[in-house]
Amino acid sequence: MLYSLCFLLFMVGLYCAVVKKNMVKIVIGIMIMEYAANLFLIMLGYRLGGVAPIIDRDHVDLETGQIAASFVSSCVDPLPQALVLTSIVIGLGSLALMISLCVRVYGKYGTFDITEIRRLKG
Amino acid sequence: MIKALPAFVAIPLITAFVLPLFGKKGKGAATVLANVATISLVVLAVLCIGHRGVYLLGKWSIPLGINLVLDGLSCLLLLAISVVSAAAMLFSARYMERYTAKSKYLSLFMLMVAGMNGLVLSGDIFNLFVFLEIASLASYALVGFGCEHEELEASFKYMVLGSIASAFILFGVAMVYGNTGSLNMAYISKAIQSSGMNNGLAFALSLFIAGFGLKAALVPFHAWLPDAHPSAPAPISAMLSGVLIKTLGVYALCRTVFNVFGVSVAVGWVVIALGVLSMLVGVFLAVGQWDLKRLLAYHSISQMGYVALGVGLGALILARGGEAKWARLAILGGLFHLVNHAVFKSLLFLTSGSVEMATGTRQLKQLGGLATVMPITRATCAVASASIAGVPPFNGFWSKLVLVIAAVGAGFYGLAAVTLLVSLVTLISFLKIQRYVFLGELPENLRHTQESKGPMLVAMGFLACLCVLMGLLLLVPALRQSILEPAVDVLTEGVKYSAAVIKGS
Repeated sequence: MLYSLCFLLFMVGLYCAVVKKNMVKIVIGIMIMEYAANLFLIMLGYRLGGVAPIIDRDHVDLETGQIAASFVSSCVDPLPQALVLTSIVIGLGSLALMISLCVRVYGKYGTFDITEIRRLKG
Repeated sequence: MIKALPAFVAIPLITAFVLPLFGKKGKGAATVLANVATISLVVLAVLCIGHRGVYLLGKWSIPLGINLVLDGLSCLLLLAISVVSAAAMLFSARYMERYTAKSKYLSLFMLMVAGMNGLVLSGDIFNLFVFLEIASLASYALVGFGCEHEELEASFKYMVLGSIASAFILFGVAMVYGNTGSLNMAYISKAIQSSGMNNGLAFALSLFIAGFGLKAALVPFHAWLPDAHPSAPAPISAMLSGVLIKTLGVYALCRTVFNVFGVSVAVGWVVIALGVLSMLVGVFLAVGQWDLKRLLAYHSISQMGYVALGVGLGALILARGGEAKWARLAILGGLFHLVNHAVFKSLLFLTSGSVEMATGTRQLKQLGGLATVMPITRATCAVASASIAGVPPFNGFWSKLVLVIAAVGAGFYGLAAVTLLVSLVTLISFLKIQRYVFLGELPENLRHTQESKGPMLVAMGFLACLCVLMGLLLLVPALRQSILEPAVDVLTEGVKYSAAVIKGS
C-alpha cells in the first residue's frame, strides 16, 4: 500500500513536468520524480523494527561461529541504500546542469515561460 | 582479451579528465591525445571480435559484484561506437576550431564515449542505468555547446525528456529489484524464468519500453530529436544520430526484452508498432523540411523504425514459436541496419557540417551548385544518400533487402510493403538534398566557397569507403559469421543468456 504512495508521488512529479509552463517548475517536477524513485528503492530494503546491517559481536554465536537467525530476519537490506546514494549523486549532477541551462536560457530570452521560448519549429 | 574489457571504459574516462588540464595553449596536444584515444578504442574493439566472456570487477563473484559481459551483440555495438567516434573526433579536430573551449568539448565527447562503452558492456541493470546517465548528461551539455538561443532551447527540451526517461528507467530498476531480489541481469532472468512474470514485472517492462523508447526517439516519444540533433555541432550530431540513440535506446531495449524478460507476443507487437509508426511519421515529416540538418534528424527517427521493426518482428516470430530462420533473418536485418545507419547517418551529418562550415548556412533554399566547388563533400554525400535510400550496391540496400525478405518469408506482407514505401519516400527526400545543395545555380554569395580540408576530408572519405564496403559484412560468409551472426545468436537465444553468463564467469 505504501508503495503505491511512492507511485503517486512519481505521478505528481510527472504531471508537474508535463503540465507546468515555467522552466524552474518543470525542473522541480523532474526532481520529484527522481526522489520518488529513490524513496521507492529505500522502502524496498526497509523493514519495520529493522537493525543496521552491520554484524558485530552480539549477532554471532560465539560457540558455533554462526550468525544469529534474529539478525538475519531483522536486518535491513543495505543494497538499495548504496543504489540510492549513487542515484542521488547522479540526480545532483543532472539538477546542476538543468539549473545552469535555465539560467543561460533566461539570460538569452529573458523569460522562464516555455510558451514564449519557441524558436524551433517544424 | 577479456582482461582488457575495463579499458573500454577506463581509456575514455581517464582521457576525459586529463583533457581539460591542457587549457587554451595545449589545444593541439589535447586534440592529438583525444584522437589517439578514440583510435586505440577502434583497435581494441577489432581485437574483441570473436571473443566472449565475463569480466568480474574486483574478483567479486557474480551475483555479489559488478561484472562486464562481452558477447556478440556488445561486440557489434562496440565496433559501431568506436568507428563512428573515431571519425567524428577526426572531423572535430578542424571543425571545432571556431568554438571556444575546445578542450572542454573534447572532454565531454570522451565522457559520452565512456558512458556508451560501459552501457554496452555492463552486466547488471543498475550499472546500465549509471552509464546511461553518464552518456546522456554529456550529450545534454554537448547539444547546448554553442550557447545560442536555439542550442539552449533544444538542450533544455532534450534534457527534460531525457531526465523523464531516466526517472522511468530508475523506477523500473527498482521494481525489478523488488520483485526478483537481484540486479544482475543473468540472475534477474533466472528468477523470472523460475517464477514467471507477475504484475510488478510487467509494469517494470512497460516502464523500460517507455524509458528506452524515449531515449531511442521512437514515435510517439520523438519530440526532442528533431530539435536536439540539428542544434548540436556537426560531429556531435553524427555521434547522437549515429550511435547514441542506438546504444541508449535500441540496444538497451533489446537487452532487456530479449535477454532479461524473455520475448512475448504482446511485446513483439508493441515494438513493431513503434517501429512502423516511427518509419512512417519520421519519413513524411522529413520530406517537408528545408533545414538540411533537421531533414537528416527526421530521417534518423524513420531509420530507427527499421531497426525496431526488424528486432520486433524477430521477437514476435520467436514468441509465437514460428520458423526460427525467419526470426533470425529479421533480427539480422535489424542489427545490420543499425550498424549501417550508424555509418551513413554520421557521414551525412559530417557532410552537412562541412557544407555549413563552408557556406555558413544550412537552409536548402539558400544553397545550390556546390558540386563544382566542393567535389569531395558532394561525392561522399552522394554515397551516403544512396546508402540511406537503399540503392544497390551500398550498405543500406543490403539491410533493407534482408528485412523485406524476412517480412515476406514470415508472411507479413503489409510490413514489407511499408518498408518499401518508406524507402521510396527516403529516396525522394535525398534527391531533394542533392538537387538543392549540390546541383542547380551557384548563388552569387557562395562563389568563393572553399572545399573543406585535411582531417575533415579523411573522416568523410573513411566513412564513405565503409558505406561502399559494408555490404561485404553480409555477403562474405567469414565476415558474417564472425561479426553479425554472433550478435543475432545472442538475441535469438534469448533467456539462455543467463546460463551463458553464469557459466562463463
